[in-house]
Amino acid sequence: MATISLKGLNKVYPNGFHAVHDLSLEVQEGEFMVLVGPSGCGKTTVLRMVAGLEDITSGDLRIGERVVNDIEPKDRDIAMVFQNYALYPHMTVADNIGFALKLRKLPKDEIRKKVEEAAEILGLTEWLDRKPKQLSGGQRQRVAMGRAIVREPSVFLMDEPLSNLDAKLRVKMRAEVRRIQERLGVATMYVTHDQIEAMTMGDRVAVLRDGRLLQCDTPQNLYEFPVNQFVGAFIGSPAMNLYQGELFDGGRSLKIGSQILELPEVVHLKKPTLMSYSGKGVTVGVRPESLKAASTSTTPGTVLSVQATLVEALGSELMVHFSFDAKVVKIEDIQDDEEEILTGSGEGVARIDPSVSVKAGDKLKFEVETEHLHFFDPDTGLSIY
Amino acid sequence: MKFHSRTGWRKWINLLNLAVVIIVLFVMLPIYWLVASSFKTPVNVGAQPPQYFPNPISFANYNSAFVHYGFGRYFLNSVIVTVASTMLVLSIGSLAGYALGRLPMRGKSPLLVTLLIISVFPEIAVVSPLYLLMHQIGWLGSYEALIVPYTAFNLPFAIWIMRNYFLGIPREMEETGRIDGASPLRTYWSIILPQSLPGIFTAGVFTFTACWTEFLMALTLDNSNNYRTIPVGIALFGSPNVVPYGTIFAASVVAVVPIGILVFVFRKFVVSGLTSGAVKG
Ligand SMILES: Nc1ncnc2c1ncn2[C@@H]1O[C@H](COP(=O)(O)OP(=O)(O)O)[C@@H](O)[C@H]1O
Ligand SMILES: [Mg+2]
Repeated sequence: MATISLKGLNKVYPNGFHAVHDLSLEVQEGEFMVLVGPSGCGKTTVLRMVAGLEDITSGDLRIGERVVNDIEPKDRDIAMVFQNYALYPHMTVADNIGFALKLRKLPKDEIRKKVEEAAEILGLTEWLDRKPKQLSGGQRQRVAMGRAIVREPSVFLMDEPLSNLDAKLRVKMRAEVRRIQERLGVATMYVTHDQIEAMTMGDRVAVLRDGRLLQCDTPQNLYEFPVNQFVGAFIGSPAMNLYQGELFDGGRSLKIGSQILELPEVVHLKKPTLMSYSGKGVTVGVRPESLKAASTSTTPGTVLSVQATLVEALGSELMVHFSFDAKVVKIEDIQDDEEEILTGSGEGVARIDPSVSVKAGDKLKFEVETEHLHFFDPDTGLSIY
Repeated sequence: MKFHSRTGWRKWINLLNLAVVIIVLFVMLPIYWLVASSFKTPVNVGAQPPQYFPNPISFANYNSAFVHYGFGRYFLNSVIVTVASTMLVLSIGSLAGYALGRLPMRGKSPLLVTLLIISVFPEIAVVSPLYLLMHQIGWLGSYEALIVPYTAFNLPFAIWIMRNYFLGIPREMEETGRIDGASPLRTYWSIILPQSLPGIFTAGVFTFTACWTEFLMALTLDNSNNYRTIPVGIALFGSPNVVPYGTIFAASVVAVVPIGILVFVFRKFVVSGLTSGAVKG
């Protein structure tokens, strides 16, 4: 067991592409760290540098106390699970799992014992004599895990290990992977482009974009205190709605489109800097779950009138797509996830109680939980606190 | 619908199948004639009108080939030369193909183009200098006089086939090996090679066939009776005045059998080996 520590890590590929910029990150013993970000942001590159499959251009990489920049992958005491599993098709499950031990020249019966132990943990015992081709996707995924755990490494690296599974199985395997990791207590770096996966699995989540670390924190903190509008919009599903707004009246009133919301005192207590934006433009972030259907008792200053454009009934909740006259702020790189049911047709989404009766084309009023609004600087995109 | 009502043998009769049948017949007819004639009595081989089926069936031609003309010797020579060349081509070629396909190295592209040029070089242009060379080093009339050139001239194509196959294997296969602590040679042997068997078999079948049927070099470099291979042996059957067709047919049938078996056994691999590079790039 060991920690992983990245200090000012850079990666410039031979073709001159600067894929990772000054990345610093610490993974504690036993911690499950998720790297998340849109495709092409450099997650795999980071993981491969930690594994030793890519040279580190500059910076320090430590596993435990040791600087391992120039140490061969096999001597780093790591195990890696690849996105495509890379199972050896010509070997049985048992041979696949035991291959690394065979290379270490362990005695045959000891290998068998360790392989069986791993198979037991993963529920693979009855498949040990099969070839990978004869297994289902989920079973193959487990074999890949098995290959990693028999080696008893001090660090696990996983590159989108669940992305080849169908949605249902993926959800199940998230829990499974966590269970196994917790049982072994090994520091883990887990890469995914799926923010739901990141949020549900990570002890901490590091959000990357364009090779830069934007924020690394617990899922709850990322959700509540995103450093900028990218993290705000990337984390959470459906994504946060972003609008151009304007503050005035000492920051107590917020104008979105032609409508005005009153901000209660508590907002300013939580976000003292907001005051200084009075009379200026801000980007307003409204999470779909911060909107609910207005009732007669709703305070007037928290009401947003919109027109529903599409209603999706999910049973436990309604996704109401709506439009109104505010200007939407678009962020590149944030695309709808395949798991998400949304297509983002309107100019915003609300996630409301299914007992409300609403259909496409209806005019309706939302109550905005104004204390949960997010504010970003329109120029820098940074959060205003 | 009329189209759907067709059942039984009628649904097999359409233009495409007809074309296939014609092509197969076109290819099979000479082979049938070869086999059929080899079982005719020597007199009946050239009979007028032609015998469509051997009657009586006779093994006289086979007897003549093996006993009278010593075809067994030629067969053995061919086996030695072909098997040795094929093994050399596969062992050197698969390593070279792996290096060219997978290892980081400079000048890959020029090397590959050079190989391609060599593989289309006309044999007739090299056979005279080769003769002189063999003469000087005293290899004329020996197995190595054929094994070495066969290996050299079949390597480029084999390297290409195998390289393309290696390219289709995911990189992660080697990388897991690296993380697990396998040496490059071990990775190649235990992980890559077993997955590349279709490509290797394909290269093997092509090399085997090329060596087995090669004529010009065999005639030039190993003309003496002790080292003669099948193609040369058959060509030199008989005397200036007599062409023993029946014997030639019989020997040819025997010569074709190993290739037939080879292709039949490995046909699945050969098909996947030839298409894999195309699909996976
Ligand atoms: N070998 C390479 N040479 C040059 N550029 C590369 C190489 N590998 C990846 N890249 C580039 O680096 C960036 C990050 O890639 P990657 O780490 O695979 O992203 P992710 O895993 O987050 O999708 C991408 O823009 C990709 O095109
Ligand atoms: Mg990736």
